[in-house]
Order: sequence, then C-alpha cells, then structure tokens
Amino acid sequence: MTTNISSNGGSTVRIDVNGTHYRELNGLIREAVADGAQRIDLHDVHGQRYIATNLRTEAEIHIHGTPGNDLGAFLDGSRLIVHGNAQDGCGNTMNEGEIIVHGHAGDITGLSARGGRIFVREDVGYRAAIHMKEYEEKRPALVIGGTAQDFLGEYMAGGIVVALGLTLNGENCHKASFVGTGMHGGVIYLRGHINEHQLGKDVGVSKLTRKDRTILRDLVTQFAAHFGYDAEEILASRFIKLVPLHLRPYGRLYTC
Amino acid sequence: MGGKGMDHWERVNNPYDDDKVIAACSLFGMMDTSGKRFSGGDTITAIANMHERGNGLGGGFAVYGLYPQYAEHYAFHVMYLDEAARREAESLLQDGFRVALAEPVPTRKTRAIENPPLVWRYFLEVRTQNGQGLSHDDYVLEKVMQINTGVRNAFVFSSGKDMAVFKGVGYPEDIADYFRLDEYQGYLWTAHGRFPTNTRGWWGGAHPFSILDWTVNHNGEISSYGINRRYLEMFGYHCTMQTDTEVIAYAVDLLVRRHHLPIEVVADVLAAPLWSQIEREDGEKAALHTTLRQVYGSLLLNGPFTVVIAHQGEMIGLTDRIRLRPLTAATKGDLLFLSSEESAIRLVCPQLDRAWIPMGGEPIIGSLQRPLAKREPVAVEEATA
Repeated sequence: MTTNISSNGGSTVRIDVNGTHYRELNGLIREAVADGAQRIDLHDVHGQRYIATNLRTEAEIHIHGTPGNDLGAFLDGSRLIVHGNAQDGCGNTMNEGEIIVHGHAGDITGLSARGGRIFVREDVGYRAAIHMKEYEEKRPALVIGGTAQDFLGEYMAGGIVVALGLTLNGENCHKASFVGTGMHGGVIYLRGHINEHQLGKDVGVSKLTRKDRTILRDLVTQFAAHFGYDAEEILASRFIKLVPLHLRPYGRLYTC
Repeated sequence: MGGKGMDHWERVNNPYDDDKVIAACSLFGMMDTSGKRFSGGDTITAIANMHERGNGLGGGFAVYGLYPQYAEHYAFHVMYLDEAARREAESLLQDGFRVALAEPVPTRKTRAIENPPLVWRYFLEVRTQNGQGLSHDDYVLEKVMQINTGVRNAFVFSSGKDMAVFKGVGYPEDIADYFRLDEYQGYLWTAHGRFPTNTRGWWGGAHPFSILDWTVNHNGEISSYGINRRYLEMFGYHCTMQTDTEVIAYAVDLLVRRHHLPIEVVADVLAAPLWSQIEREDGEKAALHTTLRQVYGSLLLNGPFTVVIAHQGEMIGLTDRIRLRPLTAATKGDLLFLSSEESAIRLVCPQLDRAWIPMGGEPIIGSLQRPLAKREPVAVEEATA
C-alpha cells in the first residue's frame, strides 16, 4: 500500500489513504497535527477504524469515502467532516469536538459520549446515544436530520438528542420503538409525531420550556448551517420533549 | 455434539489454544439478480477489507452458478484428514450414486494456510431407482448425514447443484487464494470471515454452512441452539459441525424445501415479531404471526445474529429482531450487496444507487425471479422502507 501525503506549506495536508491500516493512518494524522496542520483531507477512506481517536487538536479533518467503526472515538476537540456515510460507533465516548456526517450513520452513534456535538444529515441506526452522559458544563449533543431506528437514547444518562424527521416523507411519525428504554438522564427532542407504544417504559412526554427552545434554536441553527437548511422553517414545526420518569429506573429491581 | 467423523479435526487445525473470545465476524454477499456471472475478485476484495472483524480461524465462500457444465449433478465437496477416510467415503459414494467426475479441488500453495485437509469434489447423479422411494434431495440429505456421522475423518461440507462452498481455517482472503477462487465465476457470491466464539476453529467449522444448495453465513451466537437442534433432529437433521450456525441451514431447508414456506414467512419464523408488536397488528396479520410462533416456536432463533443465506437463485440478509449485529444493504443496477460494513461495498462499487441499514428482523431478498433493475422504483425495497 502506498500513502501519499502532500502539504501546501504546513497548514493543509492531504493524505491518500488507499488501504493504509488505521494504526498507521492515525500516526500520520498525529504527525501532521504535530507539524501544525490546521486542515487534513483524507481521501479514499474505506473502513479504517478509530480515525482521529484521542486527538487533542482543533484541526479540521475531512473524510472522503466511508470511515470505519468508532470514528472519532475519544475525540477531544477536533472537527471531523464526513463526506459520505459513517458506520457503527461514530463518536464513541467523545469528550469534545464535533462530527458532521453528510449522509447517514450506523448503530450506537454517539454511544457514551460525554461532550462535543454530532450532526448527522440523514438517519441513524439502532441505539443511538446509548448511555450518553453529562456532568456540569460537559453536555454532549446528537442532532439527527432524519429519524432513528429502535432504542434511541437507551440507558441515556445525560446529554441532548434531537431528531428532526426530515426524511419521514410527510408521514411525520418517527419509526423507532423502545425509545428511551432505561433512560435516566438527559433529554430527547423529536420534531414530528411518536406514538405512546413506541416509547420505553422509563420516559414521559413533557412540554418544551423557554430554556428548551433556546437549546433547540442553537442546535438547529448549527445543523441548518452545516447542511444548507432553513433553520426557521424547521423550528416552526411542533416538537415533542422526552424526559426520564425516574433517576434510577432499575433501582427497585436490585433491592431486596 | 459432534459426530464420529470429527474426532481429530480441531486439534489438528486450530493452531491457537483459545477458548472463548468476543464476537465480530464479517459477512459479505453480492448477487447479480439478472443472473450474469462474474468472478470472485470483488467478493474477495470486499471481505478482505473487513479483516479486522475476523481472527484467522475461519474463512469461506459460497458460489452459485458455479458448475454449469455439471448443472444437473449434485456437486459434493468433501474434506478428509487421511486417505483411509477418502477410501471409505468414496466407496459409499460409489454405492449410492453414479459418479460423473471425482477430482481434488484445485489449490495453490500459499504460506498462510497450514495443515490443510484433503479436499475433493464429486459430481454425482442419483440413480433413478434409489430403492428407498425418497426424493433425490432427501436421498442426498440422508447420504450426507450418513458420511458426516459415520465415516471417521471425512466431512461433506457442500452438496448442492451448480454451487459449492469453499472454506477452511485462515482469513477469507487466504482461503480464496488457496482455492483459487479468482478463477471461478458465479452470479451469487457470499463470504465470511470468522471470529469463533463458543466453539473452536476447525476446517469444517468455517462458514458458510451448507446442506443441499442452502448456505448460511452467520455473525452472532444462537442461544436457542439446544431447542432448535432437538426440533430439527425430529426431521432427520443431525448437527455434527460443533457450531450453532448449522441449525439455520437445516431450518431453511426444512421450511422452504420441505414445508414450502415463502422466504418472507421463514423470516417471520426465525426472527419472529415480538408479542408486543403482534398485539398491535390487524387481525389477519396477527393471526399469521401468532400461528407461526405457535407452530414453529422451536425454530425461533434467539440471541444476536446477522445471517446471509443463499440458495439457487436467491440471497437473503436477515438480522435478529433487535439488531444486535450489523447489516448494510445496497443496490447498483441489478446488483444487490449485503455486508457487515458499508465500506466493503463501496470499495468494490463506489457509486451505489442506494445504501441503507435495514430494520432488525426485516429480510432483504435478492432473487433471479425479480431482477432489481426491472422492479418499480417504489417496489425495490418495499419490504425494507
């Protein structure tokens, strides 16, 4: 395998990935960052895992192709822009930074995230935002342009999930079942409709407050800017807010 | 479990002393629904791209439209640990069939493949009078079971018409190289890279699993194996391969070939809708699903799984109901792709018409009866919308 690296005097680096193993690729990215790169373009990406993992930089990394599982795992401040679809585990346990996916993302998107933001233009797979968490000022957000498959927000302990339903084609009802199963923290905002039977036993529907509106406006404005939508048009629709009913949904299960 | 024939296999062919490791496995399938045959190159490239998902303890391929010169013969692929096993199995084959051709499966010397068994292929014709009044397929099924449970160190791992399985211990790309799969053509290819979990890696334990022209590639683990196996034994299927996946091959053979169920209904048996879902369905659908769960409850597959199943003219992708293992589907013209990862598909076909992640329990079906390019755009994946 050959890896071509070219740079325009330091600030922008291009890497033709071309079958390079992820360990080597992440090494090349780290080297480029150490040399002061502000923007890195990865071309011909085909399934390399853990891209940009644990990278402590504010550099912007453009990914052309299909990145592998656990894209941006433990991400810590970089901005990843995927020009295509992301696979499973995108943003695994990310701490800070941003992942922007111009397509769909697979299962367990944003799992265990503890900070940062993920924007997905289209749909996400099963168990998005599973066990997302928050602490004081660290509050991760996952904004989904379309809809999610089942178990959205499973065991969610904190953070914000927004699903805008832009791929629902007029039916307006999200398809996911078991939404928020085991959820005990954080909040899910859905644009469009969802039936009672689609919700996990641990979540309830509640009205949006002024504070909710401010959070939504901020996230939807960013989403619209990334993907060329009209934020006002999206915000004009009705939103549903899902919150956990209990702080310890399984507390009773394990006590004698 | 395990038949008489398997005693020595795993000790010889598992170079590691591992017991249980976490699961990943890679699956890939590629079918030209117009029936056009193509080489194994893309399938090998795609499965090799998911190298990380396996651990070198099993790789395999199924190819359909493979032996057009012997399309009406049952093509047996048989592994032997020694010449004595070959002599014993061959005498059974000669007694039971008219043998049109017997030859070693061509191989290439490669450093990656250690301790290969002897692998032979036979093109067989069932004599009109087989003396038992069985259909040809049932007769073949019985002979396969007879060799696999009765002949020491011999194992029939492929027994269909105009198709075959190639598999062994190694990464799938190494197995492809060893069996020279780049030199074959077919209209449907499936591939598997193995990461054995509950059983050891051995040559027969690599996927796909096959009976007659059914093949199954599997990622996951079947916790209902015990009840599935006992149910299938009532219909003459004996589990001899020391792994859970073979029950799926026997289940589809039973349900489709012998019980004549359409494949969509088979999916509702193996990955039955949850009771909570059935409760909300309308009368007729709820009645069907309730009946299937009652009649075929013992064939429900429990546990996490993704399977790529194939038989002559059809390829099916299916996951468990709550999708605990991944599957991506994609189309391009008449081509249908199924894969554990989208990147493997895009590597061999960058400009897809569509790529999507199907819902759990929803079968994705490619069929020669319904070439993709001729289907109405709405109907292309109606079942998966």
